Amino acid sequence: MHDDVDSGVTGGGRVNGKASVAVGTPLPPLSFRLTRAGLVRYAGASGDFNPIHHSDRVAAGVGLPGVIAHGMLTMGASLRAVNEWTGNPGSVLDYSTRFTRPVVVPDSDEGVELTVDGSVVAVLDEARVRLELTVRCGGEKVLARTRVVVRV
Amino acid sequence: MAVSASYVGRRYPRTEPYEVGREKIWEFARAIGEPHPVYRDAAAAAESGHPEVIAPPTFAIVLSMHAEEQVTLDPEFGFDFSRVIHRDQRFEYSRPVRAGDRLTVAVEVAAVASVDGNDVVTLRAEIRDARQEHVCTTTSTLVSRAVVV
Repeated sequence: MHDDVDSGVTGGGRVNGKASVAVGTPLPPLSFRLTRAGLVRYAGASGDFNPIHHSDRVAAGVGLPGVIAHGMLTMGASLRAVNEWTGNPGSVLDYSTRFTRPVVVPDSDEGVELTVDGSVVAVLDEARVRLELTVRCGGEKVLARTRVVVRV
Repeated sequence: MAVSASYVGRRYPRTEPYEVGREKIWEFARAIGEPHPVYRDAAAAAESGHPEVIAPPTFAIVLSMHAEEQVTLDPEFGFDFSRVIHRDQRFEYSRPVRAGDRLTVAVEVAAVASVDGNDVVTLRAEIRDARQEHVCTTTSTLVSRAVVV
């Protein structure tokens, strides 16, 4: 599943031992959905039981537009775009982001959709590249300055 | 209600070890929607060069967030956790977290600021294994939003 990697450019790293990677190489785009049930599941798995992630009453009481996703759920789920590309989640060396806008998750079966786009922005050396991701919800950026350094 | 600036630079003693369990890793991986075989299957992990199943890169937050409650829930610190949103997050890895790891966390208050009445706190958590070798450092910036009157 790595046909999108440009194999014609030299001088970069290699992903899955298959292809060279140059600045501008895109990641295959990813989309995923977050639902209330997913937030409850993440709360249990992570131990983050802040009620703004499950209670409309509490979320409204602290001035939020509704129940919002854990920022760490958005950050964790978005990284799949990178891990599917490298084939090895253990190759992540550095991952950082800013949460710019809360992801409001309605109480509906379909929840809300997020999209992840990304590309290689720097070849650091023979073994490491830096990627930048853009994560959007409803057309608005929800993560900014999202950078991932991976071993390739 | 401002947080206490006197906490900047404060370091907390290393936590008791947290033993990373295979089932906990898989539970977390499913919760973030990434059921990758390296999180479940030792043979798949070995194929990718890992001696054990590994945890998703953001799994470290489970340890950091818990350890950071020493600061965030300390009443003397004065941080209103009910109004907290997460502003920035970084993970810097020396190696992936693996099942069977016994990890300890040392928390440091890296920065404290008040911006337009919002309390902004940056916490750093350094995670080491049983041999005291570095595994991951997490840096989290949390904002407790001012109550608008």
